[in-house]
Amino acid sequence: MNRLQTEDAIAAAIKDASGPLRILGGGTRPVGRPVTAEALSVAGLSGITLYEPGALTLVAKAGTPLAEIEDALTVANQRLAFEPQDFRAVLGTTGTPTIGGIVAGNVSGPRRIAVGACRDFLLGVRFVDGSGQIIKNGGRVMKNVTGYDLVKLMCGSYGTLGALTEVSLKVLPNVEAAATLRFVDLDMPESITLMSNALGSPFEVTGAARCGTDTLLRIEGFTGSVAYRADMLQSRLKLFGSADLITDAQTHAKIWLNIRDMTEFAEHDALWRVSLRPSHAAAFIQMMQQMHSFDYALDWGGGLVWAAAKTGTGDLEALHTELQHNASLMKGHCTLIKGSDALRTTLPAFQPEHPSIAAITAGLRAKFDPRGILNPGMMT
Amino acid sequence: MIVDRLQAVLTRGAVIHAESETRAYECDGLSAYRCPPLCVVLPTSTTEVAAILRVCYEMGVPVVPRGAGTSLAGGAMPTADAVILGVARMNNVLETSYEDRIIRVQTGRTNLSITGAVEADGFFYAPDPSSQLACAIAGNIAMNSGGAHCLKYGVTTNNLLGVTIVLMDGSVIEIGGGHLDAGGLDLLGVICGSEGQLGVVTEATLRILHKPEGARPVLMGFDSSEVAGACVSDIIKAGVLPVAIEFMDRPCIEVCEAFAKAGYPMCEALLIVEVEGSNLEIDEQLDLIKAIARTHNPVELREAKSADEAARIWLGRKSAFGAMGQINDYMCLDGTIPVSELPYVLRRIGELSKQYGLDVGNVFHAGDGNMHPLILYNANIPGQLETCEALGAEILKLCVEVGGCLTGEHGVGVEKRDLMLVQYTPSDLEAQMAVKDVFDPAWLLNPAKVFPLKSSEKRRTA
Repeated sequence: MNRLQTEDAIAAAIKDASGPLRILGGGTRPVGRPVTAEALSVAGLSGITLYEPGALTLVAKAGTPLAEIEDALTVANQRLAFEPQDFRAVLGTTGTPTIGGIVAGNVSGPRRIAVGACRDFLLGVRFVDGSGQIIKNGGRVMKNVTGYDLVKLMCGSYGTLGALTEVSLKVLPNVEAAATLRFVDLDMPESITLMSNALGSPFEVTGAARCGTDTLLRIEGFTGSVAYRADMLQSRLKLFGSADLITDAQTHAKIWLNIRDMTEFAEHDALWRVSLRPSHAAAFIQMMQQMHSFDYALDWGGGLVWAAAKTGTGDLEALHTELQHNASLMKGHCTLIKGSDALRTTLPAFQPEHPSIAAITAGLRAKFDPRGILNPGMMT
Repeated sequence: MIVDRLQAVLTRGAVIHAESETRAYECDGLSAYRCPPLCVVLPTSTTEVAAILRVCYEMGVPVVPRGAGTSLAGGAMPTADAVILGVARMNNVLETSYEDRIIRVQTGRTNLSITGAVEADGFFYAPDPSSQLACAIAGNIAMNSGGAHCLKYGVTTNNLLGVTIVLMDGSVIEIGGGHLDAGGLDLLGVICGSEGQLGVVTEATLRILHKPEGARPVLMGFDSSEVAGACVSDIIKAGVLPVAIEFMDRPCIEVCEAFAKAGYPMCEALLIVEVEGSNLEIDEQLDLIKAIARTHNPVELREAKSADEAARIWLGRKSAFGAMGQINDYMCLDGTIPVSELPYVLRRIGELSKQYGLDVGNVFHAGDGNMHPLILYNANIPGQLETCEALGAEILKLCVEVGGCLTGEHGVGVEKRDLMLVQYTPSDLEAQMAVKDVFDPAWLLNPAKVFPLKSSEKRRTA
């Protein structure tokens, strides 16, 4: 595999490519339709090029390992607030997650509900398009409306519009304290009602998830504030029963790491991510459960349904089709995150788009990648 | 002819074509440039918008979408051959869900009236551009508008979940909705901030939040802008994320104080830092902020002790533009810079101000580096507008030179289109124009904006 060290080398490799390319960062997230093509890795483009804690800004080359960025941020007591997942455990992959891969997948964890997704923290990009042109958009400042926002377009495009070479991100301060309220044994609709209530309060909940039969609310901030908000939430939500208050740092961190990475589904053969209005989630799950057997967990206050299933407990293809069908009925979308190559080859891993949107998407791909060589077919 | 065709598809009174009436639409907030349009249409529904665009598309007539016409960049400025499509009559709330924390509105609704629709229940819509009383959500989406509180809450794009957009050929598309994040490409992200060049957004789903329990500002005065800048940086580094950090320099303080009598100290730089939460939480944050401020030897450090005092602290800042407008004509820029470059940029602006012979006052969002240099000039003195524009261009080039950008929240419009090559290479701009090619292949929607006229000429005249 080519391990190129400079943006110019990436540009030349794409320009001179004679066939399709599989654009890779750390290769830890094989999401979407498998692409059989020569691999082009940006992992050789590595290093933080600028970090100004006082301006909450970090710029790094696309192949920079996430761990390197997190280490640098920890020193200044800051963090990537969108809480990117590490999918290695659940997908059974090895390798090093890179910041470019995270941006390419718009990978965002539980805190997305409170602070925004990766796309909301992405300030600028440099990338090489399918013709080998180097293009920049955005910059390193927090407010920038100069021209079109291709930054958002690149985020979550999985390398199909261009190979990212550099990204700049807004970072946020780390928190002094954190706590989790755990409500036990609520039924699922009740659990969603509770989470909506908490997220609709002034008490700044930064995580709202349901795992097993636990409903979990996270509160972060200054010590006094966390204690106050935990107290206020407990009394506001007392109709739902009494909650355990978890303040032990290690226990707390472990809870949210598991929710972030969905490690409870590591043994499952297929995993889907369904984005819906929280108020539709209960009906969605109940409708699906009438027809299929699967496990699930909820994040984002019910707005994110993780569905998981094992081979042998049912027809995964039929389950996939039904999940996407019902997500579409509810105006949401469903993406297959984990599945066998066969499953990902025969079925659309990404939610099929309405024809009018598909036409725009195809038009954009034709402009950014006229030869159709960048991760071809991956997002279909 | 176009008027007849438009009248045929719209209700009575929706087409304005008498010269005396189209004149009301000859400019937006950038009033130095004026040009009456061919005619003005004021539809009341997405269906009507689609009908209008279909007619214009068939006849090859350019369309300039318009929200409330408050653009400071000429984003809604007409050309003589264009139809103005104003969404002002489309201002209904279509749905509110506190469970999902969203509101869906027609885009002619004003920014503040979105909060107005939910505030009785304790909710609000966070982005708060200074023009929020008048500006429409349509324009906020077109320009990706920000505001004073976006350090914590983000700008329009971070609070927009879905749109109904009508393309130039009249096709209606729904993108996003009440859920989070796109399934495929983030089209919503590129539509927001595209200055009405990709389609006409007729409906929007917006994120609403519960109001914080309270908010309290603290005012600090410093004897140099370097020190004020260092204080901002230290506050952020300490892990506090205030909801707003506003900065004013001496020329601005003087004018605002004379106008609003807010009791500001006469000093080189003034900061207003506001935090939110319960009283206990506010105390916790402000104690830390005040301790940091004290290490920078402030000439004044005043915490609001009552709602009245808080209002007085904000009064001067909020009336800054009005105060400037009373004594002078002014041009307001909005370039953004990395916060670390603040002292250098302020010094250079001072030098440029002397060189061009025009006063510049600075008032801006310091937390995010979004400058607002106000260049004072007299429109009645021949040549002063031109001098002011030349100085403005120099200041914006300076912003780009230090790693910032031409515009942080107002947009490019006509005002800054010819400066785009200062920030972007021709290939960078090609990539952006390629997006317009996909949404509006005939380049009929708001065509002569955003891009340098020379760069877009072939596409516009094809």
